[in-house]
Amino acid sequence: MGKMSGSQAVVKCLEEEGIKTIFGYPGGAVIDLFDALMDSDINNVLVRHEQGAVHAADGFARVTGEVGVALLTSGPGATNGVTGIATAYMDSIPMVILTGQVPRALIGNDAFQEVDIVGISRPCTKHNYLVSDLDQLIPTLREAFYIAKSGRPGPVLVDLPKDLMASQLTYPEKKDIKISSYQPTYKPHPVQIERACKKIMQAKKPVLYVGGGVILSDSSNELRELAIKLNIPVTMTLMGLGAFPGTHDLSMGMLGMHGTYTANMAVAECDLLIAVGARFDDRVTGKLEDFAAKSQKIHIDIDPTSISKNVKVDVPIVSDCKKALTAINEWFDTKSDINLSDEADRHMPWLETIHDWTVKHPLSYKDDDIIIKPQYVIETLHKHTEGKAIITTEVGQNQMWAAQFYKLDYHRHFVTSGGLGTMGFGLPAAIGAQMAFPDKTVIDIAGDGSIQMNIQELATAKQYNCPVKVAILNNGYLGMVRQWQKLFYNKRYASTTMDVAPDFVDLAKAYGALGLRATTKDEVEPVIKEALATDNIVIMDFKIEKEEGVYPMVPAGKANTEMLLV
Amino acid sequence: MKHTISVLLQNKPGVLSRVTGLFSGRGFNIKSLCVAETLDKGISCLTVVSHGDETIVEQITKQLHKLIDVIKVTDISEHEFVEREMILIRMKAESHTRAEVLRVIDIFRGKVVDVSAKSYAVEITGSASKITAAIDILRPIGIKEIIRTGTIAMARATKTK
Ligand SMILES: Cc1ncc(C[n+]2csc(CCOP(=O)(O)OP(=O)(O)O)c2C)c(N)n1
Ligand SMILES: [Mg+2]
Repeated sequence: MGKMSGSQAVVKCLEEEGIKTIFGYPGGAVIDLFDALMDSDINNVLVRHEQGAVHAADGFARVTGEVGVALLTSGPGATNGVTGIATAYMDSIPMVILTGQVPRALIGNDAFQEVDIVGISRPCTKHNYLVSDLDQLIPTLREAFYIAKSGRPGPVLVDLPKDLMASQLTYPEKKDIKISSYQPTYKPHPVQIERACKKIMQAKKPVLYVGGGVILSDSSNELRELAIKLNIPVTMTLMGLGAFPGTHDLSMGMLGMHGTYTANMAVAECDLLIAVGARFDDRVTGKLEDFAAKSQKIHIDIDPTSISKNVKVDVPIVSDCKKALTAINEWFDTKSDINLSDEADRHMPWLETIHDWTVKHPLSYKDDDIIIKPQYVIETLHKHTEGKAIITTEVGQNQMWAAQFYKLDYHRHFVTSGGLGTMGFGLPAAIGAQMAFPDKTVIDIAGDGSIQMNIQELATAKQYNCPVKVAILNNGYLGMVRQWQKLFYNKRYASTTMDVAPDFVDLAKAYGALGLRATTKDEVEPVIKEALATDNIVIMDFKIEKEEGVYPMVPAGKANTEMLLV
Repeated sequence: MKHTISVLLQNKPGVLSRVTGLFSGRGFNIKSLCVAETLDKGISCLTVVSHGDETIVEQITKQLHKLIDVIKVTDISEHEFVEREMILIRMKAESHTRAEVLRVIDIFRGKVVDVSAKSYAVEITGSASKITAAIDILRPIGIKEIIRTGTIAMARATKTK
């Protein structure tokens, strides 16, 4: 085989991995790579800020399930990407981040644009590499892709010294990857499955508590089968939204700090909690001692460290969610002495209790005839997109209202920074999602604060004809922080008022996008209709009720049953 | 509770900082840490002594195992094991104390590894508690300097019945 340059080999390897789109920003250390990309069919998206590149690749990965790829230059390019990497790490998103590095001979010399990005990113990557040997270049890249997407997925960073990119090498044959020290457990232990199923048989008040793992493993169908077959109500974490249809009768919506009354009560009262691909995060559990305190617990997760980390469980199942759910479903299907409809009927009294909770305290808000309520905006977006849009969010109240009121029926349709809570995530993630699905409606539900954190990516959207829609729930405040100040800090509103903000309609225009504004309730629907009918990027500026809060709310450190209601 | 954990890991650049970063980042405690190559030059063995309750130690072992470069993690203190530390002590050894220093290190089965007109450098190995006991007894005689390794440990061979 003929020789090629290191950068050509990297590009060839990306092609071999099936990568069609990457997001990047050039610089001295990666000129060779961008040069080689010119001769490839890979769609190379030039963002406006490296954080945007990583979030866009992340959004792309979340909606497709494929590995997202970002390419950044050394030094400031790499450090600008760190927030994006940490965001992906917290939510277990499969990504490969390629960073340029100064030539090997200069490493450690404080060379121009040198930074120890492997050191910096070590705690926020699943794994990372500095390639120090030409022979290891392609094997390392292949390993990076393998690690990123296998087991519990996560971002993997590969730091590429510039001199290697210009060196000549023979492209190595593809080999099966085997890492002796890394062998994720995919298959559930049959004994544990049996134990779990018997617990499910005994339960009178079971609850399925479902997280992002179900989405990452594409096991929505298996989950739906189990829930419906046995009539088990389902609650989802922020990351799990869409794993089970939000409009289904068995859906109790989200649980936790801003979860529904029903979900939090059901978890508090259940006698069996079946956690699937969820990790008992503090925003979900509230006060740990009181979380699902009356229940036995089954926990399915591919990552052993997630199990019994915060809450002791009775039946741990280390497994891919899809494989475990399939095994549980099969167990029930093949046991001839089990009458499934009897099993399902057994839960009817429990479902009635749950129904009563929902009647007593449904997810609701006080609507107004004139002032725009953010929840109304979300509901109207849901109505006009028939619940089929891909929703990305920023962080804050906007994110919680989106989670509560855009009733998601499809998995991989809700793209949000759950673990890290990164403001500025939504717009670049929307661009990534739109790149993956050019024909789908992609809406970033934004706050006026968050949107300003990566607003520059509007230019990227324009350059690549990504007609994303941005719905700004404009309250003029860093609303979520202000809500805490209002409730827990004696209304001392330190640094949460955005006294100066751009005119978002004019700003849209400046970027070649369409800007629309609604200031009263009756303007909401026309704005949404026009936005959805437009091929261009649209920014919708909804001037919402400034004092609106997100409810229910469990104050930090309180039990989930101590919710503040509307 | 004190736990002695033995970790086999790939002998690659940066691996040690993955381990120490894990401990500092997650607030796990390190009492001592020792690392060196094994017979296989591609693999290192690291012995870390930590303490924490059962949940914490379970997390420590699981989190260590989760590192891609970690091959095997054993909490050897769960079973019978031998542990050793080594200490080098420079003792003040003037005419009136020389004999006493030699007597004490003999009790601890130490040996003199360097001699000068006014000092002895002494080497003692043993369990952490033995080393601490030796220091306590030598201190009043006059310690000038000490260098102490962390613990290394090995599980005892299983006895066939
Ligand atoms: C990068 C970053 N900085 C700070 C925060 C803390 N924070 C969480 S929500 C929030 C307010 C967000 O304001 P806005 O985007 O207007 O959303 P709203 O809550 O008003 O809907 C802030 C500052 C964060 N999550 N991310
Ligand atoms: Mg706001």
